[in-house]
Amino acid sequence: MGSSMAEGAPHVAVVGAGPAGLAAAVAAAARGVRVTLIDSAAEAGGQFYRQPAAGLGARRPQALHHQWRTWERLRDGLAAHSAGGRITHLTDHHVWFVERGLQSDGFTVHALLGPEQEQPVAVHADAVLLATGGYEKVLPFPGWTLPGVVTAGGAQAMLKSGLVLPGRVVVVAGTGPLLMPVAVGLAAAGAEVAALVEAADPKVFVRHARALAGHPAKLAEGARYAAELARHRVRVRVHHTVVAAHGSDRVEAVTVAALDGDGCVRPGSERRIPCDTLAVGHGMLPHTDLAEALGCRLDGPGVAVDDEQRTDVPGVWAAGETTGIGGAVLSLAEGRIAGLSIAARLNSRTPDARSYEAAAKARTGLREFFAVLGTVYDPPAHWTEQVTDDTVVCRCEEVPASAIRQAAGELGAGDVRTVKLLTRAGMGWCQGRMCGPAVAGLAGCEFQPSRRPFARPVPLGVLAGTNFDRHHTDSTDSTDPTEEGSS
Amino acid sequence: MELVGARPAPAFTVTFDGRSIAVLPGQTIAAALWAAGITSWRTTRGSGEPRGVFCGIGVCFDCLVTVNGRANQRACLVRAEAGDVIRTQEGTGSDGQQHG
Repeated sequence: MGSSMAEGAPHVAVVGAGPAGLAAAVAAAARGVRVTLIDSAAEAGGQFYRQPAAGLGARRPQALHHQWRTWERLRDGLAAHSAGGRITHLTDHHVWFVERGLQSDGFTVHALLGPEQEQPVAVHADAVLLATGGYEKVLPFPGWTLPGVVTAGGAQAMLKSGLVLPGRVVVVAGTGPLLMPVAVGLAAAGAEVAALVEAADPKVFVRHARALAGHPAKLAEGARYAAELARHRVRVRVHHTVVAAHGSDRVEAVTVAALDGDGCVRPGSERRIPCDTLAVGHGMLPHTDLAEALGCRLDGPGVAVDDEQRTDVPGVWAAGETTGIGGAVLSLAEGRIAGLSIAARLNSRTPDARSYEAAAKARTGLREFFAVLGTVYDPPAHWTEQVTDDTVVCRCEEVPASAIRQAAGELGAGDVRTVKLLTRAGMGWCQGRMCGPAVAGLAGCEFQPSRRPFARPVPLGVLAGTNFDRHHTDSTDSTDPTEEGSS
Repeated sequence: MELVGARPAPAFTVTFDGRSIAVLPGQTIAAALWAAGITSWRTTRGSGEPRGVFCGIGVCFDCLVTVNGRANQRACLVRAEAGDVIRTQEGTGSDGQQHG
């Protein structure tokens, strides 16, 4: 690789090939940086531009997407830079750790190859951009572990990549800007969307009307989704919540109820909706594992960055939803800024702020917009009241709400870590990614991203064979036959 | 499929608990099972409850399944291959099966 590029060109490893990672990779490659783009999927695009598998022969994948023109530009940029040897795109690479060289300035990105994720791969680079995106938060309710209850984003991901639906009659529920596009997508693909159940209170929208009105493009997008929902005759119930999902081997119905001004379920408002699928989500959380293991400071749930998208660890940039949830357009702007900054800084220059003025302006506006959305789209204030004692909260370790309440009550646990030690909640395969916010809410303590040494499960044989802090001075002295990324 | 004008390559078959299932090339095991109307393929270690896809993007590990004798494979990430023998994973999946 890299035949057309000078051997001495600076090298950045970009982790994540979604909008932020792609925008950064293309911007940096266009300015003489050698880029290794490392992503767990078979094709670039991330979750937002998730592509149908090639074998499915989709001739109009854009029917399931928005902002397709932008995707085409990114895709073509990636193809051109890949052909020119400026970007090496590693697919099916699951990054589990980014190691900061103690002896040298560089970084080693450790990944596991392929769906079985057992073969180790290491990429050496001068700098790292973390564009690891986010994942969906789901708060528990009775029946949420039944087959047929899926995350809203998961239903969308399965549709975009596999062109499959989870069932015939779907209820989409929870809160957040993702629910409308998911409901529209499922309806367009042929599912009957029996209801869209959104917890947000329209009164709160009105309270923030002025702040939202400053973003006409975003409002128009919402209006388009609303029109699509109307066209598909989807019943939208705002200020409602799912109280329970019912069924034995799979979901057969859900009970939804209206919320009052305090966010409590209004007694007597419950109604049962038959369905075979519930797609549910309560917002998104940033993936910050790699950044935390590197020692990057967090700002709230996301990675803290400066105006150039640099973290507080020299040589580590972060862009997109790993820095805070804000959608694809914000991710594109942040990615572009990061790419320009990387290209300048790796050549010991200060980036010209004028070169990313437009992206910076978009970034400011969108961050403001999503900060407002974050207050509008809020899970019901009293959601824990719906969680019965026998509701499983930690899906991996099958820990019921009663155990968490007991740990926080009689046993006096005051933080999520103590609750975990007492109950095993958060100790399973997903390492608390699914139950973290729920455990915090039920225990009455603050939710904090939990520090995980590695971003994903790693076979012990790989750990034993990983030669941490090798004393390399460049990227070519490795003896590991599986290594990639050297020129 | 109609919506995106899909003209998939010819289907192949896999088996799920002995039953033959048609799969389109490129589909994950989870997508293939959904397309066949199957929504659960694991029982939990504790209470033996059925589970299937939850997050759909490889984060939650709820969709673990046994593929060609290897337990604990995430069905939402692993692409189906012709002839795959897919089995419901009971508990840890270690009962007479190779651990993944």
